[in-house]
Amino acid sequence: MARITSGVACSHVPALGVASDKGITGDDYYGPIFKGFEFSKQWIAEEKPDVIFLVYNDHCTAFDARVIPTFALGCASEYQPADEGWGPRPVPVVKGHRDLSAHIAQSLVLDEFDITIMNEMEVDHGLTVPLTMMFGQPEEWPCPVVPLAVNVVQYPAPHGRRCYALGKAVRRAIESYGEDLKVCVFGTGGMSHQLQHQRAGLINADWDARFMDLLVNDPEFGSQIEHIEYLREAGSEGIELVMWYVMRGALNEQVNEVHRFYHVPASNTAVGHMILENA
Amino acid sequence: MAKAYDDIPGTIVFDSEQAARGYHLNQFCISLRLQANRDAYKADPEGYIDTFPMTPEQRTAALTEDWLGLLELGGNIYYTSKLAAFHGINFQELAGLMTGMGSTDYRAMMVSGGRSIDGNRYQSEWDENDDG
Repeated sequence: MARITSGVACSHVPALGVASDKGITGDDYYGPIFKGFEFSKQWIAEEKPDVIFLVYNDHCTAFDARVIPTFALGCASEYQPADEGWGPRPVPVVKGHRDLSAHIAQSLVLDEFDITIMNEMEVDHGLTVPLTMMFGQPEEWPCPVVPLAVNVVQYPAPHGRRCYALGKAVRRAIESYGEDLKVCVFGTGGMSHQLQHQRAGLINADWDARFMDLLVNDPEFGSQIEHIEYLREAGSEGIELVMWYVMRGALNEQVNEVHRFYHVPASNTAVGHMILENA
Repeated sequence: MAKAYDDIPGTIVFDSEQAARGYHLNQFCISLRLQANRDAYKADPEGYIDTFPMTPEQRTAALTEDWLGLLELGGNIYYTSKLAAFHGINFQELAGLMTGMGSTDYRAMMVSGGRSIDGNRYQSEWDENDDG
């Protein structure tokens, strides 16, 4: 049977993708950030997941204003990196795992999570930047990815509590899949940041630290954080952090925090990153 | 109707009301994600923009690159950033423009830890500063 062994939380700042693509990951600005992921690259090379279940948000790339699914599950055999206005990122095509996706889709709907099924989907920096941070620049990504896109662009994003419950349903889905697969779940986005209007540039490091502590030690409580708190304390785009709760819900109640990294800034954003293993 | 987030300063929450107001504006912006549309907009800005039935205010804001106005008229940052990208402006440069700080000062603020949350939670905190 398939099993979930670990979770990765990771910001998906587009500038980090640009830094990698341009080969400037060692400069004074980006160097400290990529250094914070050196441990992670080694860790994931040893962990060797067979599949990554990756929770991210699309930034009006696959979904423009015409269609806005709250939860959309990728069920394709591959996902092309999209042109987001600057040309597609020069990264490998993301291979999917169609059988596992199809199984998860069925299981989630029967488990009362009425997700949208995506049989074709381009993927943007929300998905490819975390892969870059964890794997660097390989010729091919080392394993297939099952993407779950969450709407966090048009208010309201799903509640943290709902995301946490969805994570638990994802776990039930994966654990009922017949093949013996080792799955790592990524929750991406955040941390505190605001990209828009006159309060742009907001960072709240104390709040971010508390968020990470709660995620590890008291996710039941942390998942209750209301939208108004995210908006006010973590910035209008900081609400992306609800996606970390899908990842957390898919793990055991008790987890070991094996890595934590936090850095300000990457462009407009606080970069947060954690690796959690099931205890 | 008053909303819980109305008192967050310098912030426009892209809720269903704003989304409805900005639908055609945002669809125009997102169309510039694709090279063929970028070419068409470059060749004939007014002709291209007129294929999107937005309001005259939205049209002017888009053509004049009024970044705050675009958000107030229903634009969302992930959409307006595509219009910015068309003009060669990245997210951080766009923030420099929206905050009125300019790129250099904005970047310096971010490098020194970003905009502090203290004094930036409530509109009343900004109003007090204006009075002072």
